[in-house]
Amino acid sequence: MAASTTNGFKVIGTRPIRHDGVDKVTGRAKYGADYAFPGMLHGKVLRSPHAHANIKSIKIDKALALPGVKAIVTADDLPKLPDKMEAAGEQAINLNHLSMNILARGKALYDGHAIAAVAATSSHIADEALRLIEVEYEPLAPVMTVEDGMKPGATILLPTLRNKEDGPDKETNVAAHLQFKRGDVAEGFKQADYVVEREFKTAMVHQGYIEPHNAIGIYNADGHATIYCSTQGSFVVRSLSAAVLGISEGKIKVVPAEIGGGFGGKTTVYLEPLAVLLSQKTGHPVKMTMTRAEVLRATGPTSGSTIRCKMGATKDGKLVAAQCWLAYEAGGFPGSPVGAGAMTILAPYNIPNILVDAYDVVVNRPKTAAYRAPGASNAAMASETVLDELAEKCGIDPLDIRLINGSHEGTPQTVGPPFKRIGLIETIEAIKNGEHYKSRLTGPNRGRGVASGFWFNVGLQSSATINIHTDGTVSLVIGSVDIGGTRAAQAMIAAEVLGVDVNDVRPTIADTDSIGHTDVTGGSRTCFATGWAVYEAAQDCIRQLKERAAKLWEKKPDEVVFENGMLSPAQPGGDLKPMSIKQIAPRLARTGGPIVGRATINARAVGPAFATICVDVEVDPDTGKTQILRATIAQDVGKAIHPAYVEGQMQGGTAQGIGWALNEEYFYDDRGILRNTGLLDYRMPTCLDLPPIETLIVEVPTPGHPLGIRGVGEVSIVPPPAAVANAIYHAVGVRMTELPMSPSRLLKAILKKRAAGETQAAAAD
Amino acid sequence: MKLEGAGLTRVRPFVLMATVVIPALLRKLTNGQDRVTASGRNLGQVVADLERQFPGLREHLVEDDELKPSVAVSIDGEMGMAGVLEPVRENSEIFFIPAIGGG
Repeated sequence: MAASTTNGFKVIGTRPIRHDGVDKVTGRAKYGADYAFPGMLHGKVLRSPHAHANIKSIKIDKALALPGVKAIVTADDLPKLPDKMEAAGEQAINLNHLSMNILARGKALYDGHAIAAVAATSSHIADEALRLIEVEYEPLAPVMTVEDGMKPGATILLPTLRNKEDGPDKETNVAAHLQFKRGDVAEGFKQADYVVEREFKTAMVHQGYIEPHNAIGIYNADGHATIYCSTQGSFVVRSLSAAVLGISEGKIKVVPAEIGGGFGGKTTVYLEPLAVLLSQKTGHPVKMTMTRAEVLRATGPTSGSTIRCKMGATKDGKLVAAQCWLAYEAGGFPGSPVGAGAMTILAPYNIPNILVDAYDVVVNRPKTAAYRAPGASNAAMASETVLDELAEKCGIDPLDIRLINGSHEGTPQTVGPPFKRIGLIETIEAIKNGEHYKSRLTGPNRGRGVASGFWFNVGLQSSATINIHTDGTVSLVIGSVDIGGTRAAQAMIAAEVLGVDVNDVRPTIADTDSIGHTDVTGGSRTCFATGWAVYEAAQDCIRQLKERAAKLWEKKPDEVVFENGMLSPAQPGGDLKPMSIKQIAPRLARTGGPIVGRATINARAVGPAFATICVDVEVDPDTGKTQILRATIAQDVGKAIHPAYVEGQMQGGTAQGIGWALNEEYFYDDRGILRNTGLLDYRMPTCLDLPPIETLIVEVPTPGHPLGIRGVGEVSIVPPPAAVANAIYHAVGVRMTELPMSPSRLLKAILKKRAAGETQAAAAD
Repeated sequence: MKLEGAGLTRVRPFVLMATVVIPALLRKLTNGQDRVTASGRNLGQVVADLERQFPGLREHLVEDDELKPSVAVSIDGEMGMAGVLEPVRENSEIFFIPAIGGG
């Protein structure tokens, strides 16, 4: 339960029923696949059966001749785009690679890579047409791991790929090398009494959103197009689709449907440009929906990785040096989150000497996309388990070693700038002082583990419009797709500032023609940045309301005050009675017309997030199965607007982190073909696998934000894998260095330890 | 900037000096220095001065007269949102860092 407070707020900090709740529980809310239009065709995608192959030819004649087939497109139907990084929306992206991911050009780079797309009068005919397309492949050796991709003489995925270090003449699979350095690590390690160094591997995992990708493209004869789709950002769909298709952004309108989960995976495009292209070819609306297998094979999971982490501490637990090496799978095109991994791996701690090297490596797997604090969970798995081992060597409580070294205001970040006010220490203390950590854990094969995690959060651009109606109710229009209750939170901010009932605020998420630019619902930015825009739009309303009251009272606007939802003369006295918004609203027409408050923001004072988690596990030593007994997460949220939805984010991230820790894994065979393409085999935790996840809300306001809001959506996924690994160690004495810590993998480690013990015992005899 | 001195008021050109922290892999271009000073009222001018002092640095930071999409900048602890037009103050501390996105 939350420890959040209302701190004088009337609406913020309460738990109203969400505005979209009735529509969602009654099934009226429209998701992307719910839309249909007259004359609509059905689109399907032909996908590569090879992990790595040259495409020698694509013959579509037989498929086109099938009755009901209206159009087939390949990469030749898309414009060739420049092979360089461009700003597209809020993303830095290589548009050529984006285009080649949407439809393969010359080469298939992973199992499931899109080769061609069909539009037909039914999905069954479209499926049949896919079978009639003849593709001649020249299979190549797949490169499935960063080690294989980086070794000398490795098979090359992208012949044009170069990196700055190797120069313009050398083909490579290493798209980028980043390095962060402070102090002198060699000297630092000399000061250490204890040094721990381990190598970790983490599996590629998927976000696991329940709603598959979908899109409807409607291309009009006037050259304008409309896209209905499930996305975390309608504006990014607009900019990326426009770029891929060579259409002006202003000619595309994106209507965001309700979204059944995204977690970062819906911040790019796959089907959207294809639906528009097929619509352009046929003159009909075209609807495309992925199967679960397509989602797993061909959308953007997050990177598997190899990480080496070495940390040194003095006897009293003071960290003196750390050196990390990270290599992340980018997928078929560059762009893994290894940079974020490198910048987060040591962020929770003040270490004077650090050296971090990070490598982005292309491999024959799907192009990775963002996943909740991208890259940070992999990294924390390494550093947080090494720190646990150091704590043990020092004989220090694992929370205390975090308190000794924990980052606070003024601590330099890995990238250099010092932190402003942050709440890591408070999250550690919240766990340490909580009932869970103080409780005794008893019983065989049971253990308790802790870990902390960091995520940057981002700000970016948001817009908000508030319309005051003549009955005193309010319409709030925003461009942020609602994930996790953000619509309700925005309405609460408007209600708080305007002093109206939260149920008198009606929030609407607008299409790209109906609201100013708003970046994705991602990066834990929505409540922070869009909430800031809503706050400013409400302030704009108040400014105008004061002008109207001044007109009615024959005063100057600065002679009117607005407090507790009431307009009053600044100087009391006389017979002028304070007015609420409901009282002045009917008189807007006579005092100047409608009031529309508006604000746009490009937020910069971003408050980073920290979380600390405590997990109890029980391991079955005969099967290697780990059961989570109890989990408590403490997170600095700045200010909890709607505590229930904040708790939901904390619990959701924890659940995903536990799935990553114990079960989830892309499993490829020797040919690079994904073998677990359904949710029965790609095992995500269900409510039967998890205990109720307890939450401790910590509120350290973000400096500079008018409400102190700090993004809450991502950091909760960062520490769970490491905490589970630490708990497993304290349960059965084996240090797990590979994710997932599945029963088979853990059993193998237990048996290895047991065999080593028996060997030692035999030697002693 | 206006300076008062000896009864005179004069306009001083271009002397705002900021500290720029050089990314680790670019320090080979600054003779190993991790911190250098550069002048300019905005980030674009600072980068131009860096290029004057350390030829070759600009191409890693700026492309087509705009901050590269893959590069973000922190000035005095806040993320810059205005690219090369980001204002720089006297004694500002500037960090170039990789751009990141969230999920």
